[in-house]
Amino acid sequence: MSVRLVFLGKLADLAGTGERELPAPLDWAGLNAALPGPLGEALRQDRTRIAVNGLLLADKTTLHAKDGDEVALLPPVSGG
Amino acid sequence: MARAVDLLTRPFNPGEFVGPFTNAHPGLGGVCTFVGEVRPDDDVQALELLHYEAMTLAGMEDLADRTIARFGLMGLLIVHRAGVMHPGEPIVLVSAAARHRREAIQAVDFAMDHLKSDSWFWKRELRGGVWSWIEPRPQDHADLSRWD
Repeated sequence: MSVRLVFLGKLADLAGTGERELPAPLDWAGLNAALPGPLGEALRQDRTRIAVNGLLLADKTTLHAKDGDEVALLPPVSGG
Repeated sequence: MARAVDLLTRPFNPGEFVGPFTNAHPGLGGVCTFVGEVRPDDDVQALELLHYEAMTLAGMEDLADRTIARFGLMGLLIVHRAGVMHPGEPIVLVSAAARHRREAIQAVDFAMDHLKSDSWFWKRELRGGVWSWIEPRPQDHADLSRWD
């Protein structure tokens, strides 16, 4: 019973890894509790978005991931 | 070939894509093509674009559909690099085929603004042996708002 967290861009540097497993189910409070320090601060910034299984959440605080879900933490993009 | 979208992790030659794309649209009135390359700025040794498998290509395909619909294109080609690139290498190619030139030109401008500031890519630069992340610029947001 686990959720796979995926850290994108500079969040992977802050996390020291690109992926991490957390116990399922996982909500916004649980995610914050699991990510203390600078990573948690980055998570709470307005411009950091969350996607579950490739679908962007309109409001990240509604996160409700279940067993087998992939939760991506997306910092602001800088492409092209 | 109304829509062709590619995400490549190896260097590419834009001409190899544009030729077949143009040939696939007989009867077009104009083709507009933009190629973005890694600028040899200051002491930039390399640039890396990271993407997210679950979202980046799907987002580019959605952008291509919106661009085709908005400008009534006959066809649209988007090729984007991911991975490590060096100065002079192409990063992005956008080519639009339309009956009339203005739609083709504007479609490329629209697609580029959205690829730069509204697509799932994260960029970092290698200077003096140190990698650093590129933050979004206010200009990117201004570029996007032109199309609202």
